[in-house]
Formats: sequence, structure tokens, C-alpha cells
Amino acid sequence: MTVLFVVFPLAVLLSGLAAAAFVWATGRGQFDDLDTPAVRLLCDDLAEKSPKTPAPRKEEEP
Amino acid sequence: MSASDAALRPASPELACGSGEPVACAHCGLPVAPTEPRASGPRFCCSACGVAYSIIHEAGLGAYYLHRDAGQADGAAKTRATGRSYAEYDDPVFEASHVETTPDCARIELFLEGLHCTACVWLVERLDRVVPGVASARLDLGRAALDVRFDPGRVTPSAIARGLDGLGYPPHPSGSARRAGEAQGERKLWVRLGVAGALAGNVMLMALALYSGAASDPTYAALFRWGSFLLSSVSVFYCGSVFLRGAAAAVRTRTPHMDLPVSIGILTGFARSAWNTLSSRGEIYFDSISVLIFLLLVGRWLQLRHQRGAARALELIAALAPRAARRVEGDRLVEVPAESLATGDIVEVAADERIPVDGVIVAGRTSVDSSWLTGESMPEERAPGDRVYAGTHNTSHTIRLRVEVAGAETRLGRLMQSVEAAQSRRAPIVRLADRVAGRFVVAVLAASALTFAAWCFVDPSRALDNAVALLVVTCPCALGMATPLAVSAALRRAARAGVFFKGGEFLEALAHPGTIAFDKTGTLTEGRLALASFMGENSVVPLLRAAERRSPHPIGRALYAGLAAASELEADEVTELPGAGVVARVAGHEVRVGSAAHVLGGRKSALGFWQAELTRQVSLGRPAVACSVDGAVRAVASFDDPLRADAVGSLATLRSLGYRIALLSGDHELVVRSLEPELGELVTARGGMSPEDKLAWVEAARREGPVVMVGDGVNDAAAMSAADVAIAVHGGAEASLVAADAFTTEPGVSKVLEAVVGARRTLGVIRRGIGFSLAYNVVGVVLCMGGWISPLLAAVLMPLSSLTVVTQALRARTFDAPKPRKASP
Repeated sequence: MTVLFVVFPLAVLLSGLAAAAFVWATGRGQFDDLDTPAVRLLCDDLAEKSPKTPAPRKEEEP
Repeated sequence: MSASDAALRPASPELACGSGEPVACAHCGLPVAPTEPRASGPRFCCSACGVAYSIIHEAGLGAYYLHRDAGQADGAAKTRATGRSYAEYDDPVFEASHVETTPDCARIELFLEGLHCTACVWLVERLDRVVPGVASARLDLGRAALDVRFDPGRVTPSAIARGLDGLGYPPHPSGSARRAGEAQGERKLWVRLGVAGALAGNVMLMALALYSGAASDPTYAALFRWGSFLLSSVSVFYCGSVFLRGAAAAVRTRTPHMDLPVSIGILTGFARSAWNTLSSRGEIYFDSISVLIFLLLVGRWLQLRHQRGAARALELIAALAPRAARRVEGDRLVEVPAESLATGDIVEVAADERIPVDGVIVAGRTSVDSSWLTGESMPEERAPGDRVYAGTHNTSHTIRLRVEVAGAETRLGRLMQSVEAAQSRRAPIVRLADRVAGRFVVAVLAASALTFAAWCFVDPSRALDNAVALLVVTCPCALGMATPLAVSAALRRAARAGVFFKGGEFLEALAHPGTIAFDKTGTLTEGRLALASFMGENSVVPLLRAAERRSPHPIGRALYAGLAAASELEADEVTELPGAGVVARVAGHEVRVGSAAHVLGGRKSALGFWQAELTRQVSLGRPAVACSVDGAVRAVASFDDPLRADAVGSLATLRSLGYRIALLSGDHELVVRSLEPELGELVTARGGMSPEDKLAWVEAARREGPVVMVGDGVNDAAAMSAADVAIAVHGGAEASLVAADAFTTEPGVSKVLEAVVGARRTLGVIRRGIGFSLAYNVVGVVLCMGGWISPLLAAVLMPLSSLTVVTQALRARTFDAPKPRKASP
């Protein structure tokens, strides 16, 4: 059971890494908007099903 | 504004289905007017929709219409392109404050009107295909804010704005600096929450190891005890510092606060457990403490999130206020931001626009509606040389003004400043949970002292442990979490029902019966003129309707809308004479509507008995006009601002709930008196009140009990900021929104009633939560006093109590469930 003295700090370290990843993601704005991504996902799905979407658009003149 | 919104609202999808039914517009879904020319292919209700439709198809984004139809048609008000040039977006002053430039791209944040469904997100985020030069567009649906990155060399901000406008989402600049600070605060709380969760999980695992036998071997016991000591000290001093600081502030200011008992529990538990870790004997409570901190942070975060929702909606509405003006430069008109105007500039204000500055009319006569600045419901005539104020509504004709002051120095700006000053002076509302917390601290400290003293006689070695256990177990976790959760659930339900609260404390304040003071114009009444009485022969009705069909004047519009005719005539020639009335030639007759002098047209004929009717109507406080055909007076019409349909019923219900109702109006006393037959003895009515009078009234009434002020204009703003709770009704002016603690998204009094009823139910839920929590604590206290508690029992008991309290808080139907809607796919 002395392996606990190695595994235990390792486990704490791992969860520390997870927490660090969370802090990093929060700092990059990952959790700023919790509403739109859910809706955006629906859109992509619909876009593929859409039969009317025309072929790639022609380049517009500026 | 509110009236047109209401007219647009129920764009029912079934209009498109039935044969022979009106055709729905291919872009916005509103019914197409039968008079629109019939053409094959898609049909539109207006040209703006046609333009939007072709822009969308040319950019290859036709799938928008499929998305929209697949998504829910939630009957949200559809907005249309305004066709503005947005030239003020290219002004250097505007660019400096709203456009963020980096070497390779520029950013601008815009609030959009008219976002209502999934398809809108899809369409708006493909802005790069519609406007060349746009690199990307990201929408935050919760805030209705669009973050656009673009190449400043290829596209100007005004072109982006025009592109969005063309799609049917009129943009408004956001003030993004303030938001950045809020986002930072929210992220900090997120980090605390996440870290607290990770720590609580790990500490619980170690506690599980200890409970399941590791404690029997001193080496492993020491390992886990020291491990959980280290982790939970991070939890207490980093994640829990929010509560510790709150408690310190509560002690400093001597105001009871929920953070105080929470911190006492956390700190004593932590100190005792730390001591026991160092001395390697006795119980530890690290698991209870770190789970507690995590749960409390969850409650706090949920509450913040829902309050932010209301603040964001407010931010959007505030951004809708007009900030642009058209400056006359030689023979051109240039759109500029209102704040960049200087004294002496000449600006043009078209009919049906808000006046952007304080100034003097130099050209044009018009009628000006200053209802939200002064509370007067009737528009007044203004001629060259007259002064007009920023924020008032130019209702009938295009005028040109010489700017006297712009921005913060206007009468409106000064009023806003006094509102902000009054806001900052307001005493905060002490919440029910905080009031309970004060007594709770005393009771718990007394109980633990008693426990300690009693055990000193029985078994001195266990006295300290039992007293500490009591402090930990009674830590009002359920209390500290149940109230924020009940409030946050209520705020969410309220927002869905169309009532936004800026904070939970106003829910509690609203629930206590007191006085509710209503503004009249626009709050209890429709806020626009309608025909009140018409005396005359029916034969003149078609002539009058023809004369007033295209009238820009509020009285003309009210007369046209108020009269019904079987047949329609066309006027051959219509001349509006500002300040006098209208002259029209209809079917060979000369028709005049307006003042007595005007309708007689200079002829020396007498008004006769019509004069008596005119005098009678004016004495009722109604503006009245005479109508003549070929010089002979044939009819007299009078107008008033009618009560909203839901006003009388809602006020009666509020009264039956125990509230005193008052009506404060800036309108003439006569106008207020004229409402008495309908409102009866329901209210205390006062007329002729200036904003200062209203403020004084509210301050006087507050001495007798809580005062709720409901208003919609700048004239109410000062009184609203003095009231205990202020509610702004839909369509209200920016100033009243600033002063408001809650606002409704639909016009009418019934939403105010809903807010009050919902607030009362919420307070009931909070009381039940506190009751549950206290009951659990009594059990805990008894167990501790008797010495039957163990850290394991505490670790089970505390989450259990939280769970029951939380469930009852979340399940409570505080605000009525929203109307059934078609589920989204």
C-alpha cells in the first residue's frame, strides 16, 4: 500500500492540471456566452439538410 | 413606438397556409396588404422586406428561410430595415469610442434589433458574404450583441451597419467598455466555482478513504488528513474568500448578512480541523467545508447569471435611444453623433423623429409631443423662435433647429444626472435571508456556548469538539443557497413572462403591501390620442376621413382612425396649416378641420350651438376641433388619451391584495378628473405634477410605508429613483429605465400585476426555504448538544438539507409558466 505515497500526489497533480485547463479556458472566454453555441449547432445541422442552398456564390465586386 | 410594436406582434404562421387567406410576406411573414400589386413569385409586405429577400438570395443564403420555418415561430416582433445611411458611424468621434483597431483588423460591437430565432444567428453570422471586407461576425444571442471583425481598408463601419440594416437587423452601437469589466468579474467567479468543485471532489475522495478504514493506520491517516488540509485551505482562502470578505464587511458596517454565519461555520470548522490535523487526533470536517463552499458558489453564480440577463436586456433597450442627428452643411445633410454637435449648428429633424438636442426652431412649424419629458399627453404647436428640448418627439412636420446645447448639458442630460445622483444615495434593501441571518448568528453562538458550558460539567474533554461540531453543522448552507436559488428561479421565470428585475432584492421589496404610484400618460393610458366624442351628422364622416387620411398630425390620425365610414372618398387637395388645422377639397366641397377660427375660414358666420359643445369638451380637459363643410360648421370632435384595456381590472386586483393605489400625472388636473368615472374611488389621483412634485410626493409617502413607482418617462425618473421599487413599463424612456429596478417588455398594467403576484409567491418560497433550513438546524443542534454527531453524519446531513431546500426552491411556480409554444426542433 506504500504505492499510495506516489499515486496520491499524482492524482492531486492530475486534478490540478484539469483545474488549470479550466482556468485557462475561462480566461479565453469559453464560458462567456452559454446560450448562442447551442443554437449555432442547430444551424449547422440545418444548413446541410437544406436543398435550396445554391452552389458556391459568385465573387462580388467590391 | 409601443403601439406600432403591438400592431406588428402576432404574425401568426397560419396566415400563410389557408387558401384565400391573406398572403404572408416572403421575408418577414407578416400578411401582405391586399392593395399591394399582385405579382407572381414571392410577395412582400413592404419594399424593405423585398430588398432584404434579394440581398439574402444574392449572397447565397436562401437557406435562412428554411431555418426560420424549421425553427419556432415565436411571434416576436419582426423589425424591418430602416434604410438609414448610418453615416455617423464613420465620424472620427464615433470611431474613436466604438471601433477597436489592431494592426491587421478592426472590431466593432453592435447591438441588433429584431433577433428572434435560430435562423437569425445563422444569417447574421454569415455577414461576411453580404458585406465584402468583413472578416467574421460572432453573435451573442443572450445580449443581442454582434462582434464584427473587419478590414478597415476595405469596408467602413457605416457599410457594415447598412448591411445589417438591409438584412432587417437595425444595429446600434454598444458601449463596450463597461461590459469588459463585468465579463472579467463573471470569469473570476467561474474560476472560483470550477476550482472549488475540483477541490471538493478530491477532498471528498480522501474523506471517503478515511471513513472506510484508512484512518486505522496512522501513516495513511496522516497522509489523507494532511492532503485534505492542504486542498481545503485553498478552498477556504481562495474560493471562499468571497464569503469571508462579505462577512468582514458585515461586521464593519454592522449589517447582518448571510455571509456572516456562513463564514463563522467555515472558519471554526476549518480552524478546529486544522488543529486536529497538526496534533494528529480528533475529528476533521474538511469535506463538509469544501462541499459547502462549492454549493454556495453555485447558488451565487446562478443568481448572478439571471441578474445579468436583466441587465443585458436593459443595455439593449438603452442602446435603442437615438444618438444620431442630421447636421445641415451647406445644401447637404450629414448624419453625425448627437454628442459631436456644437452650439450654433443647424440640424434637421423629420416628422416622427425624436429631437436630438435642446435648440430653437429656425424653420418649419410642427407639433411636439413632450409627454415623456413633462407628462403632458397633448402635443403642442411649435413655430420658429420656439425652444424645443432633446428627447421630445417631433410628430408632424420637418423642422430645422439651431443647436443651443447637446449631450449631457441638455435638460434631458441634467435630469439623467439627477436620477443617477438619487440612485447612488439609495439605501440598499436588507433581504429577508440577511435579516434572519442576524438573529441566526446570535442563536447559534448562544447554543454553542451553552453546549460548551454544559459539556464542561459532563465530560470536559468533549466540550470543545461538540461546540465546534454545532457551529459546523448549523452553518446555514441551505439558507445561504435556498434564497439565491429561489430568487434566481423566479428571475428566470419572470423574464420569460416579460418582466425583468435588476436584482432579487426588489422581488422581496415588491411583495410587501404598500403604495403603488402610477404615472398616467403612457402607463395607465395608451399614451396617444384617440377620438373621445364626435357630434355631427354621419354624412360628413366620409369627407372628414378623406381630409385626414394622410394627416401627420396626431389629432388628424386620431380622427381618421376613430371614424368609421361605409364608403371611401379621395381628397383632391389637402393643405396642412400647422397650428391651425387642415383644408381639403373633397368631392367638390371645401372641408376644414381645426380651431374655430380656422374652420370658419375668415367668413363671418357664427359657430352657434357648436360653441357650447366645444366649450364643454375643453372643460372636460379634452382638446376639441370643429369641422366645417363649405364654411358651415357641421361637427365637433374631441380627443383624449384612453385608459389601457387592462388598467381598471389590474388596479382592482392590486387593491384587493392590500396595496394603496395612487395616480400621479403631469397632465392638467382636468384631464385627470376626466378619468375618475372609470377609475372611480380606486385611486388617489393628482394632476399637474412636475417631476419635482412627484419626487416630493414619493418621499412623503415613504414615511408611511414602502412605495412602488411605475412610470415610463423622464418626468417619472426622479420619483422612481426615490421609491423603494421602481418599475418601468414597455416603451419607456431611457431615463426611466436607468431609474427602474424592474421593467416589462409588454405595455400595460397587467404586467405590473404579474410582477407583484410573482414577487409575493417568491417571498413565500423563500420563507418556506428558510423554514426548512431552520428545522434541519434544530435537528443538528439537538444532535450536537447531545454529543451524537460525527463528521460522517454532518457530511450526510448537510447536503441532504440543501437538496430538499433547493428542490422546493426550484420547483415553485412563482411566475406563471409562459404561454405554450411550438417546441424547437
